[in-house]
Amino acid sequence: MSKKDILLVGVGGQGTVLAGKILAQVGVKAGLAAKVSEIHGMAQRGGGVVTQVRLGSSVSSPVVSRGQVDAIIAFEKLEAARWIPYLSSQGWMIVNDQEVMPLPVLAGEAVYPAGIIGQLCCQLHQLRVVQAVKLATECGSPRSMNLVLLGILAPSLGFPRTLWEEVIAEAVPPSTREVNLKAFGRGWALESTA
Amino acid sequence: MRQLLSGNEAIARGAYEAGVRVAAAYPGTPSTEILENIAEYPEIYAEWSPNEKVALEVGAGAAMAGARALVAMKHVGLNVAADPFFTLAYTGVNGGLVVVSADDPGMHSSQNEQDNRLYARAAQVPMLEPSDSQEAKDFVKVALDLSEQYDTPVLMRITTRIAHSKSLVELAERAEIPLRSYIKDTGKYVMLPGFARERHPLLLKRMEQLGEFSNTSDLQKVEWGVGKRHIGFICAGVAYQYVRESFPEASILKLGMTYPLPRRLIEEFASQVDELYVIEELEPFMEDQLKAWGIKVEGKSRLPRVGELSPEIIHQSFVIQLGPTNKGDVPFPVPASQPSDPEMDMAEEPDAVTPTIDWCFQAIPGRPPVLCPGCPHRGVFYALQRLRLTVTGDIGCYTLGALRPLSSMDSCLCMGASISMAHGMEKARGKDTGQRTVAVIGDSTFLHSGIAPLMDVVYNRGSSTVIILDNRTTAMTGHQDHPGTGFTIRREPTWAVDLEALCRALGVKQIWVLDPLDLDKLREGIRKATEADEPSVIIARHPCVLLENPFQDRLYQVIPDKCVSCGLCRDLGCPGLIFELRSLLPETGSSSAERLLPRIDPDQCRGCGLCAQVCNHQAIAEVPKSQGAEEG
Repeated sequence: MSKKDILLVGVGGQGTVLAGKILAQVGVKAGLAAKVSEIHGMAQRGGGVVTQVRLGSSVSSPVVSRGQVDAIIAFEKLEAARWIPYLSSQGWMIVNDQEVMPLPVLAGEAVYPAGIIGQLCCQLHQLRVVQAVKLATECGSPRSMNLVLLGILAPSLGFPRTLWEEVIAEAVPPSTREVNLKAFGRGWALESTA
Repeated sequence: MRQLLSGNEAIARGAYEAGVRVAAAYPGTPSTEILENIAEYPEIYAEWSPNEKVALEVGAGAAMAGARALVAMKHVGLNVAADPFFTLAYTGVNGGLVVVSADDPGMHSSQNEQDNRLYARAAQVPMLEPSDSQEAKDFVKVALDLSEQYDTPVLMRITTRIAHSKSLVELAERAEIPLRSYIKDTGKYVMLPGFARERHPLLLKRMEQLGEFSNTSDLQKVEWGVGKRHIGFICAGVAYQYVRESFPEASILKLGMTYPLPRRLIEEFASQVDELYVIEELEPFMEDQLKAWGIKVEGKSRLPRVGELSPEIIHQSFVIQLGPTNKGDVPFPVPASQPSDPEMDMAEEPDAVTPTIDWCFQAIPGRPPVLCPGCPHRGVFYALQRLRLTVTGDIGCYTLGALRPLSSMDSCLCMGASISMAHGMEKARGKDTGQRTVAVIGDSTFLHSGIAPLMDVVYNRGSSTVIILDNRTTAMTGHQDHPGTGFTIRREPTWAVDLEALCRALGVKQIWVLDPLDLDKLREGIRKATEADEPSVIIARHPCVLLENPFQDRLYQVIPDKCVSCGLCRDLGCPGLIFELRSLLPETGSSSAERLLPRIDPDQCRGCGLCAQVCNHQAIAEVPKSQGAEEG
């Protein structure tokens, strides 16, 4: 396959790290080289989080450059806006339609920008906006929102669905396996029929 | 078998495979996961030490006794451990000893971005720098072999992008390395001046021999480029990956051992290229040495001396700054979108330089780290802010109390400094200042390096107030145990230090144990403690909300009719309190009037109840969780 550089951006506690781990593992099981770069900030919850996943037949740098990312999964709208300079002009974005207020907004020192989705629509080659929390809740747990988002990305990468399911089953706690697989399937169905 | 491992996981695996028997650390981002992963191997004794100095001394003892040992720390941890580190270079080891320093260029979670390569030179300790997870694993073994062969501790320096990046690693079995016999050797291990004087020349001799090794070692690799041989790069660590990515066809001398540098090898490489560049993050560590040897080289004249490098920065620094060379061509190929592998990117236009999307958001608010909803530290900082006290702070989650809106911390220097600095302030400005000042320090941090400063306060007749923010864990790095939690790194039960009794033993008589989520009692306690004419300690004890939460069934709600938009609750900086402009209710008759009303996000609320306590109008009240869920 061609190289794939993917960013998963969100807020601490949203499950971006686990989603990145699953994505990279699928790449590895499919026989590709992979590099994953995570930054652990100072906060356990609420700070910005980004996981960079690079797949290809060979990968050097663990970090990607602006304008070169093939896909971004934004777990939160503001983070979608923040990271969009990294997307290539042919890249696509999946945005969870959720707002998590950053501290400067909560403190009244900044304003959460209005109309992010509208702007994204104007500028992006390809965009999927999803209410992932709602869909995940319908599947059994709002916390499986990360798997819904991953499910939307998955069909475009061309790996077999069984491979994804195998990796997910290994990566998540046994008690949440069913919910997470269901959430992944929900995302997969959305994109493959879109 | 190949596995996707982070640099830290790979180092742990390397320790396992190389027969390490003892490993010690104090948690610190980005190094924490090294010991967490080592603890998964029952063959290795693993511990969280109370601080890095202790960890290194444990490692030194193990090595002296003939075992292979590994000690890990973040870059500032090596400052704490610098004392034994420098003298260990003199004594040498017996079994191999590797010291891992995880530097943090870019300060993703650190108070400075020091370049610990300088420690190798200062202490005369050989240094290895891996450039991916495979090397991170392999170099642990190389370091231990070198350590035993040359009788020296070895520094393995990584950076955040190595520690927290995952790449594929080929796993191997563990080699059981037998204990070396321990032979009493006073002249080697007792660093009295007379003995140390004899060791210093030996140390210099050892570095000469290691310089020879560095020249011939296969840790150093020359990769000749395709075509454009007139330009050469020297690099190590993650910078190597960036250069590879930016200039896939470049000629590179890639160093795995960066102290001592391989002089002959570098001179040879330099003589075969017309232009030589050193690509390194932070300090011109290699560049300065090359220049001192009279080698014509450039580096920091083009590259930043702060922050992380990236393929993008390297590419821009060279292609844009350098421009076409006098040889008439652009010096380096355009990176990344030109894959070197023909299998890749077949579908894309071959010469397209991927443009960045033209993006136009004017203001994207930053997302700084924030105390979690329900965090017990919030109560302390809110109280301190209201009391307008000077607060000397320390390193931990609670450092976030410095950020607005809590804004209640005046200093943060290093672990343990909160107490000593409060003492210094009092001694400088007198008792009145002392009574307007409190030091805050976490439980783990207090045990790391707060005990000695508190002893100093008592001994030197200070009257500082210290608040130990006791959340029963080392929260910021991900909830590691410490000598006060009653559990070891493997969650085996052990003796838990009694903080109260410890403070008493240090000579503190005024001690209060308070719940930071009970604001009235806390304020009263702080008032009494600061007024006391002697040293005082408040232990503000409440477990980290991510560990256990006694209030998980409680939920609070704003009663809009009672809320007067005074904004007091906003000063808590709680992520669970969201403020929205809402029109006044229709019966007020004014359609245009709008007010900023708080709303509690039921998904975020942890039921701590601080917001209800700070509200003067009883406009925030506990509600049954079912009701909250309906309305949320």
